[in-house]
Amino acid sequence: MAAVPREIVRVRGPKRAALLLILLLPAAVGAQAHRIISIIPSTTEMLFAMGAGDRVIAVGTYDRYPPEALKLPRVGALVDPNVEQILQMRPDLVVVYGTQTELKRRLERANIPYYSYAHQGLADIFSTIRSLGMRAGVASAGDALASRLERELAGILARVANRPRPKTLLVFGREPGSLRNINASGGTGFLHDMLETAGGSDVLADIHRQSVNMTTEMVLARMPEVIIEMAYTAESINKADLDAWNRLSAVPAVKNHRVVLLIGEEFVVPGPRVATATARMAAALHPEVFK
Amino acid sequence: MHGRTDVRRRLVATLAGFGALAVLVCLLAPLVGSTSIHLSRVFDRSIPFADNIDAQVFFIARLPRVFAAAIVGAGLALSGVVFQALLRNPLAAPDTLGVSAGATLGAMLALTAHADFTLLGISVVPLTSFAGAVGALVIVFALSLARRRGTSSTVLLLGGIAIAALLNAAGRFIQYLSDVTDTFRTVQWLMGSLDVGSYAPILASLVPFGLACIGFVTLPRVLDLISLGEEAAEARGVDVVRTERLALVSASLSTGAAVSLGGPVLFVGLIVPHIVRLIVGADHRLVLPASALFGASFLIVCDLIARTIVAPVEMPVGIITAIIGGPFFLWLLFRGK
Repeated sequence: MAAVPREIVRVRGPKRAALLLILLLPAAVGAQAHRIISIIPSTTEMLFAMGAGDRVIAVGTYDRYPPEALKLPRVGALVDPNVEQILQMRPDLVVVYGTQTELKRRLERANIPYYSYAHQGLADIFSTIRSLGMRAGVASAGDALASRLERELAGILARVANRPRPKTLLVFGREPGSLRNINASGGTGFLHDMLETAGGSDVLADIHRQSVNMTTEMVLARMPEVIIEMAYTAESINKADLDAWNRLSAVPAVKNHRVVLLIGEEFVVPGPRVATATARMAAALHPEVFK
Repeated sequence: MHGRTDVRRRLVATLAGFGALAVLVCLLAPLVGSTSIHLSRVFDRSIPFADNIDAQVFFIARLPRVFAAAIVGAGLALSGVVFQALLRNPLAAPDTLGVSAGATLGAMLALTAHADFTLLGISVVPLTSFAGAVGALVIVFALSLARRRGTSSTVLLLGGIAIAALLNAAGRFIQYLSDVTDTFRTVQWLMGSLDVGSYAPILASLVPFGLACIGFVTLPRVLDLISLGEEAAEARGVDVVRTERLALVSASLSTGAAVSLGGPVLFVGLIVPHIVRLIVGADHRLVLPASALFGASFLIVCDLIARTIVAPVEMPVGIITAIIGGPFFLWLLFRGK
């Protein structure tokens, strides 16, 4: 069930081809999934992007992309998977989140294979795409997708390589209209990796967590030069929300009008749109490079 | 005459003792935090406030927190005293009659529906939270009207618990329907936070808290008499039903103000009145003001610990109140035995 080890993803050249062959061989001769249920938005997007969308028979409650996925039956989500419905649909592969231990136990009892996934760093997105591609019988498409994303991200990294790296605070949630319960990206995870790839320096890099609950004092103490605020949709944030930052006028990002709002699901779904999201982040950090 | 002088002397001593403690923690708490600031820079007028990080840490990050902790701590402690006396139940707390659950439901609705508006500089969550508290207060008031028709305090207590359970269930249902990120934000709110970041919600909470305090001022003597029993109180000329209604409304307003400002930091309302009674005795003329001052001091100190113990991140203040308050309470209970 485990994803391809990170070390293999980092290997390049003939050695990587040999390693991939070893990994691909069992998938080529073994069972390939044809009736897949994916209840995680990231993995649903991955399956569709690598051309396995026609094998997906149901998705999770919060899957919103691609549009084809919206037409499929929904079988619950992280905390409320509808096990009865899942079993009834006779899937030959269920993509679950790592913490769904009870669902995994029930699938094991019903002899249904599952693929366990968890949000981690950027490299894990590519290893997940490759290993999920193998399980879905589209290994080469998965590898091609992952390689394309890796190339795109390497391209962004190269474009910002010689630019100064502004100290950046990456915010993905807070109480509307106030600066209370600010949730920001910490020093690990795909958001942190995206920020570093986009040419920013994470002000919370020393805190080894994916999510940090920040206080007003922490924002003032960390002195970010750029604050990037991410939101799912334009409706979920308004001008008054952004104006709340103006209270902290001594923070360089506020003083220099570098509080940036980035709207889009791709910022919070670590899937195949990650390169697009990183490019938008890089453009916000280095507008002079991405004119 | 001698008794009255004695009470006045004890009241002065109590107010002086607990007042000194409150003043001390209010003065010290803004000086300490996860970052180092220099007082000379905080008050340096040659640096414009807009550019003065130390002054902004002091006046925007820390001072509002201290004020918020004082109001929330005092409000919850006062409510706890009144509910415990009124319902004659040592386990009664500000959430017993559902006001806290109503405030929580209001906050959850705003967070889950992604409501986003401000009113007089106050953001949506404290507003809907207070609206929820007022909604629950209306139900509590209806209960007090039923009480007039001969309902016992036990039935009032049970009715309140049923309302609280109903509102809590509604809150859990909303949480169940919401997606993971909304649930995460709701759980954060439920843990309580005093990082208010501005003075607008503090000033707004002073209105209901002030009204509640006017009610509390009239209560000490009658609460003492009601604690002895309703019949005894009525024999001494107390209009029990009217007093109860005033007490219910005051305590509910105080709870609503506190919860909408800082979230449900519940342990304070249960434990502070008992700690204070163990120190000053059962006379409500002493217990009420002492609880307000000690509740404020206790929460300011707990918040100070919460924001420094695992710096640069912080712990939810509700965890600190339980960790400190629990053993301290046990020590007070058993120290003389």
